[in-house]
Amino acid sequence: MTTHSPPPSSVLRVRCCSSAGCLAGGAAELRQALTTAVARRELQERLAITGVGCLGPCSQGPLLAVDPDGALFAGVTAADADGLITALAHRLQAASSAEREAPLAWTPAAGEQVDTERPFFTRQRRIVLEHCGLIDPERIEAAIERGAYEQLRRAVQECTPAEVVETIRRSGLRGRGGAGYPTGLKWATVAKMPGERKVVVCNADEGDPGAFMDRSVLEGDPHRVLEGMAIAAYAVGADRGFIYIRAEYKLAIVNLRRAIEQARRRHLLGAGLFGSPFGFTVELRVGAGAYVCGEETALIHSIEGQRGTPRPRPPYPAEAGVWGLPTLINNVETFANVVPILREGADWFAAIGTEGSKGTKVFCLTGNVRRGGLVEVPMGTSLATIVAEMGEGCPDGAGIKAVQTGGPSGGCVPASLLDTSVDYESLKELGTIMGSGGMVVMDHSTDMVAIAAFFMAFCRDESCGKCVPCRAGTVQLHGLLQKHLGGDATAADLAQLEALCHMVVDTSLCGLGQSAPKPVLSTLRFFRDEYVARLRPQPTAAAAGR
Amino acid sequence: MSVRTLTIDGRDVAMATGATLLAAAREVGVSIPTLCHLEGLSPVAACRLCLVEIEGSGKLQPACLTPVAEGMVVHTDTPRLQDYRRTLIEMLFTEGNHVCAVCVANGHCELQDRAVEVGMDHSRLPYRHPDRPVDLTHHLFGLDHNRCILCTRCVRVCDEVEGAHVWDVGWRGEHCRIIAGLNQPWGAVDACTDCGKCVQVCPTGALFDKADTTGEKHADPARLWTLVRARARGQQTP
Repeated sequence: MTTHSPPPSSVLRVRCCSSAGCLAGGAAELRQALTTAVARRELQERLAITGVGCLGPCSQGPLLAVDPDGALFAGVTAADADGLITALAHRLQAASSAEREAPLAWTPAAGEQVDTERPFFTRQRRIVLEHCGLIDPERIEAAIERGAYEQLRRAVQECTPAEVVETIRRSGLRGRGGAGYPTGLKWATVAKMPGERKVVVCNADEGDPGAFMDRSVLEGDPHRVLEGMAIAAYAVGADRGFIYIRAEYKLAIVNLRRAIEQARRRHLLGAGLFGSPFGFTVELRVGAGAYVCGEETALIHSIEGQRGTPRPRPPYPAEAGVWGLPTLINNVETFANVVPILREGADWFAAIGTEGSKGTKVFCLTGNVRRGGLVEVPMGTSLATIVAEMGEGCPDGAGIKAVQTGGPSGGCVPASLLDTSVDYESLKELGTIMGSGGMVVMDHSTDMVAIAAFFMAFCRDESCGKCVPCRAGTVQLHGLLQKHLGGDATAADLAQLEALCHMVVDTSLCGLGQSAPKPVLSTLRFFRDEYVARLRPQPTAAAAGR
Repeated sequence: MSVRTLTIDGRDVAMATGATLLAAAREVGVSIPTLCHLEGLSPVAACRLCLVEIEGSGKLQPACLTPVAEGMVVHTDTPRLQDYRRTLIEMLFTEGNHVCAVCVANGHCELQDRAVEVGMDHSRLPYRHPDRPVDLTHHLFGLDHNRCILCTRCVRVCDEVEGAHVWDVGWRGEHCRIIAGLNQPWGAVDACTDCGKCVQVCPTGALFDKADTTGEKHADPARLWTLVRARARGQQTP
């Protein structure tokens, strides 16, 4: 049911970024001012103001784009609204087509027009984010116009569940939450588990410092994730779904709630979908501020209403998950990849990326970088391409010292190794991980010991406290790092720091503790001299004798 | 019921399917240290003392929870495990305030016993000296958080065996603490049946009978197994 006709060429559209980052910069006021200015000129019929998801270069927000030519403007404020609408009104009234197609004679007072021919844009390949920033996430019609729920319909009406699993397996898609487990294998495992009732869970408990990929997808294109979950449910034989989302993602929660309700009303979620016996319902579960609930067994406990602490695996959730039922848990971005794979085919997806890592990856470029924001690149793109070319390096011409990936579970890649390609195996070899997509650029003023201490403090604060090495080990490790920062550490302390890191990795119960020492081990590997330089000088024999 | 055969520290052992490595080790006289584990309670694998090396597996596995498998080759006492166990005990000693000389459980304390077993004559890690309270509001028993190692035996015994669920864990990380009721004083929690099972299973002097003074607490955690087994038998016979 599509009553919305495509806009005639004489209609202009302003897409205002309504993502959390731009909202923090005043995007809501800007959108309101634009709407008011349009109403004052009675141009509502010909000039549409719509909210959209993330437009990309978040660090320069608030952002807006003007269609049909897609000109992108950064640093726009509510005070600029009148000027923009005046300029657009002129264009609408223009007599000749040459006038209508001329570049817009307007720039925001304190902002600029963004050159979309920069590598930041041209180096991207948007699959997950293909509709993000283009569609109004508040209107299901906007998503449906671009084909939302069509692949679900096709899967349910034309494919067997086994065929869907096989398509995902052949695509080579791997989990985008960080660990990179083959998605098709996970789906096949849950599909083969006996049992009448199964559960699909979307892990939206994104919590790495500097990471907001999943938030952007959920804010900008929620139906993409819902459709991916429903297709997964059909493939594995589940009838119930949960989205576990952190409470801090207020806008994503609002957009998701609305999207679920809209889909339910249109019978795109619920019982008997597309005239088949297959039904699927989705509920939202909002976290209570614990990073560890992104760990799948802790997440399951939290969904069940228990204290969010991990338990040892096996049994894996595929065998015994929510309420002991076979449970499929995938990350937001993983689910967001399902629709394009079904639409374009497994071979199309498998042709993108590297041998072992297929498709694209969304990254959040943050830190000491000139052009920060949300980017989606093919797997196999080098770190240098992302941070130096797309991100245009550090501000003020400072040199890049390192790039941190994988958040508190990851590590720092030194500038000398930035040629490394972004794929699961290459990053693992360097002692870091792909992670969920946080990418923090550090310039030469960065103190690597302080970085290690920052991440250790994060893990200490987020440890659930269940197992001894994580609960007490992160405290001891943080204390040792503080000792180094204070210049009080000896060579023996450095040796103890390193030994304790390995001990916590080897003995902790869940992924949080097992990876908490990674930032320390990684900085010890590439920036050991910074630790050594801080050591307290050993008293010489003569001095000791006096 | 089928049987699995495996090797633990060079000794061959045959165990019923589903048995744990810990049970298999005890069968052939191999002692693996434990603290959170208690026969009769659900396993949580939280203290990490019983971690063992299994050939062909990259990760250490908790013996209390890992089922036996055919042909498994298990090492329970390698130099690496010895060092890790000592460090774990040091972590427990340094995160609380464990002063044996004035403790009700002195001489009958599982933490003390494990420290002796792993050869911890001093701690290589600095003591944290946390500020922790003591709850003496219950008319029979006391809870000294300074001596608590968060093994959660009290939480589990109260929930799984007594059925009262007086205890739980509050907060997280280094701030974790055993809480009574909804973080109330123990004496104010109506759900408590005064059964004393938590005191009996507590491996240290954290939970104690108020009548006991230094060195007088003689907990008997093994009695729990007798009770749980007797109940299971009672359920089997009509």
